[in-house]
Amino acid sequence: MPKYLFFLGCVIPYRISSYEISTRKVAERLGIELVEMPDFNCCGLPLDPVSHRLMLALAARNLCLAEGQNMNIMTLCPGCAGTLRKVNKTLKEDKGIREEVNGYLKEVGMEFKGTIEVKHLMQVLAEDIGFKKIKETVRKPLSRLSVAEHNGCHVLRPVKYIGFDDPENPTILKNLVELTGAKCLDYMDETECCGAPIIGVNDKIPLQLARDKLSHIKEVGAQAMITVCPFCHMMFDLNQPRIEKAFNETFGIPALHYPQLLGLAMGIDPEELALKDLRVDASKIVSVL
Amino acid sequence: MVIKATEIDPRFKHVVSKIPGAEKIMLCFQCGTCTADCPIARFSDSYRPRRLLRMTQLGLKDRVLSSDVIWLCAACFTCVDHCPQDVEIASVLRALRNLAVEEGYMPIVFKELASNVLETGYAYKIPELRLRRRGEMGLPSLPKANMESVTKLFEVTGFSKKMERKT
Repeated sequence: MPKYLFFLGCVIPYRISSYEISTRKVAERLGIELVEMPDFNCCGLPLDPVSHRLMLALAARNLCLAEGQNMNIMTLCPGCAGTLRKVNKTLKEDKGIREEVNGYLKEVGMEFKGTIEVKHLMQVLAEDIGFKKIKETVRKPLSRLSVAEHNGCHVLRPVKYIGFDDPENPTILKNLVELTGAKCLDYMDETECCGAPIIGVNDKIPLQLARDKLSHIKEVGAQAMITVCPFCHMMFDLNQPRIEKAFNETFGIPALHYPQLLGLAMGIDPEELALKDLRVDASKIVSVL
Repeated sequence: MVIKATEIDPRFKHVVSKIPGAEKIMLCFQCGTCTADCPIARFSDSYRPRRLLRMTQLGLKDRVLSSDVIWLCAACFTCVDHCPQDVEIASVLRALRNLAVEEGYMPIVFKELASNVLETGYAYKIPELRLRRRGEMGLPSLPKANMESVTKLFEVTGFSKKMERKT
């Protein structure tokens, strides 16, 4: 049974529990064992803009915790995954930086050794579980549903640190969506950023970016959008009413976490997948299934 | 833009190029691919990564570091993947922000994020009610971060001192 230390990060317990709830349900069906990660801290990404050194130290501490348990990490947040993967790779390959960071870690009684790997949920599904096994768990194919996917930048870019899928033409999330029986529609500027990371500095630009995406998704007739990032999800779900108000438009496009979609296809009760926690009402898509 | 010779710091580019991720700043030949492909630049009148890289090469240190514009990069890394010269533009922007913090410029949102991490280990203050509700939702309780270690890492990386500074 594949087993991972479950790195929750900050955004999910803060606001997006539905992502965690649905992931745990789906993981159970897929035979993925998620081990709670004791005393982890912020991955470091939110503080990279103000101190790269502090980001490295915070990320490295998390990596050392996993090394201590001799287990690979799984995250749900692409920001956490991207950061931990990049720092893991850098510390493994760059002796100078490793020595600097180990100097900080020594003060907290730790040392980076480079013995574990970090994966995002999507990587676990595509690389460790495999499309075939996922397909076997589908009991109620969602063949009446057409959706659009949104990857989230840090699960794909930059190529030289992440090395997963093709950021110019990503297909893995599309394939994962289609395993559920739903149709995954193409739309304009599919790989574009949602804008969320700068919302604390400037909220106008992210709202425009998210509005563009929602418009393109609406144009192709998608009934829902599928995300794999808690930050992107906040932009499209929590902020959707705000976007509608700011631009005087109506979208009404529910944004589901991928494990919610997969869970529906597995025949799990929508209630157990926390569909009611979504800001944009998803009951109309559940009723067509 | 009028540039006075007196505002040019010829050492600036060398300072930036010593920061991990920003090493290749001098290889930028101003093709503008970063700006053309930047989702933020599309909706901003002022955020132009190409221009910020040129200003850095020229040594316009004070103008760059005091600018609000450097805080607009969303770190989507599209520019990093597309740069024909392999310049990690988003990392150069991060290096510039780190240097701006050294000079005392830090947007309030980052002060909040940093003090949240220093207080709880998490970047957001998760409300007590939410923590209690985890049980009702069938979720295991959230592990407490090791605050002694987190505080120590803030100290040894020199960031605690920067947070104390008034800007």
